[in-house]
Amino acid sequence: MSRRSRKKAARFDPLHIGWPLWLVSGSAIFFLIAPVLLLIPMSLGSAEIIEFPPSKIGLDQYHKFFNHPAWQRAVLNSLQVSAMTAVVSTFLGLLASLGLVRGKFRGKGLINAFIVSPMIVPIIVLGLAFYISLAKLGLLGTKLGLVLAYTPLTLPFSVLPISATLRGFDRSLEHAARILGANRFQTFAKVTFPIIRPGVLTGAIFAFMIAFDEVVIALFICGTTAVTLPKKMWDVIRYEIEPMLPAISTLLFLLAIIILVLVGFLQQRITRRMTTS
Amino acid sequence: MTEKSASNSFWQRVEGRQFLLVVPALLALLLLFAFPISSVLLKSLFSPDFTLKHYIYFFKTPLYSRVLWITFQISILSTLSALIVGYPIAYVLRRAKPGIRNFFLLAITLSFMISLLVRNYSWIIVLQRNGVINSVLGTLGLIDAPLKILHNKFGVMVGMTHIFVPYIVFPIYSVMMGVDLNLEKAAQNLGANRWQTFWRVSFPLSLPGIGAGALLVFIMALGFFITPALLGGRKEQMLSNLIQIQIVDLLNWPFASAMSLILLIATLIVFSVYNRYLGLERLWGGVKQ
Repeated sequence: MSRRSRKKAARFDPLHIGWPLWLVSGSAIFFLIAPVLLLIPMSLGSAEIIEFPPSKIGLDQYHKFFNHPAWQRAVLNSLQVSAMTAVVSTFLGLLASLGLVRGKFRGKGLINAFIVSPMIVPIIVLGLAFYISLAKLGLLGTKLGLVLAYTPLTLPFSVLPISATLRGFDRSLEHAARILGANRFQTFAKVTFPIIRPGVLTGAIFAFMIAFDEVVIALFICGTTAVTLPKKMWDVIRYEIEPMLPAISTLLFLLAIIILVLVGFLQQRITRRMTTS
Repeated sequence: MTEKSASNSFWQRVEGRQFLLVVPALLALLLLFAFPISSVLLKSLFSPDFTLKHYIYFFKTPLYSRVLWITFQISILSTLSALIVGYPIAYVLRRAKPGIRNFFLLAITLSFMISLLVRNYSWIIVLQRNGVINSVLGTLGLIDAPLKILHNKFGVMVGMTHIFVPYIVFPIYSVMMGVDLNLEKAAQNLGANRWQTFWRVSFPLSLPGIGAGALLVFIMALGFFITPALLGGRKEQMLSNLIQIQIVDLLNWPFASAMSLILLIATLIVFSVYNRYLGLERLWGGVKQ
């Protein structure tokens, strides 16, 4: 090996990132985040039209949003539907995860595949399927109809974090509780559940977020009597120019940040519990 | 000794009964998922007698074959463009110092968690006739007339790429994390330059991540509805959008059902490729049992 090439080899650092790569990846990150960040200054415009840059600055749009009865109802509907969906889906998901992670029975792979299958079916197909079925039951335009439709949709996302937490669970803790005289339900309530709680909460948050953001199924089922926030936003984006939209988007952006912090916090607790137990 | 075997048999008994815990979820899925989907299947085949006319009509009408082609075309193109945008991010993530890596990860995760409607809407604000790009370019005097960059294929590609990039970055990044960087050093020592090292070592080793991300994104793209509806023009409407028009505007449920089944089957074919080569476990976040 010549002296020069040896010097070159010694200088080679796999962690080195050249400026063209910084430029490309930096632009990609900019592309991901800039359009949404742009909505924040846009939301401060007070004019009746959406303009860039806004000519008059103020919080008028937020004020209007919070005092608008139709939007208030949409937010309330969305909160109710998403909370109900999260409860139902997390309850079913918790039981199913306990059975699937710990049980020894045949056909577990098949059941696992069945539980994740709603993730793979195109959302429009689910929309049509629920539209036909809920019409027969007279549940179109009801919040119950929405919850029923969102349950299979969110189930995989609550099963996923719960069963991941259960897999890392040290079962000798339960055996210890049993030996110390706790019955099965006491063991679950006092030992098992507190340990897997962060995973259960993460599952509930995922289910809530998916239901809170769902628009395609909502288009078919909401009707005019159970309009959710995404459905109302959809109508406004498609058919009107609504100066409130950047403000609403900014609020949803803040919600995403809160959820991110919350999930990050829960994730930390899960890893800490795994390492201590 | 006896105590231990007693407790063992107790746990065995419980574990045998654990199947019961899965029953509520299975019932819910049967009633709220399998049953509604099969009613779509029935609707497409019986009206009221068995018929294949809706399927035959779909494949005989040039408009629908064209939409099927456009659906595949947009899906392939948006998958590729998400790969082009996402790959460099994953590459840098693997090599950056913790501070920058965390910043990048935060930006990607945040973008991933923001409402889909908000992300699409933000592109309307950026791309529309009097939107941000046109205002800025117009003020700078770089264009005379506003650019037409919304309600066409460009708009759809931008919107879909934006949504798909995180789904591409995470699998590639996780595969890259498992690759020993000393392999690159070795290649360099053996005389490869940076370019050769990348194409002969780093890139082939990241292919499993590329495959996982690309197939996942392609499956999502086939059934995409929101972005073509909001950012596309008439020519960029995908199969999902046509199904919605059939249901809501034309009230032709049997034909909409047949189209839904065609879309579902196309998706399942791509998915079976995914499952065969990568396994269902990857959808669960890479947790293998």
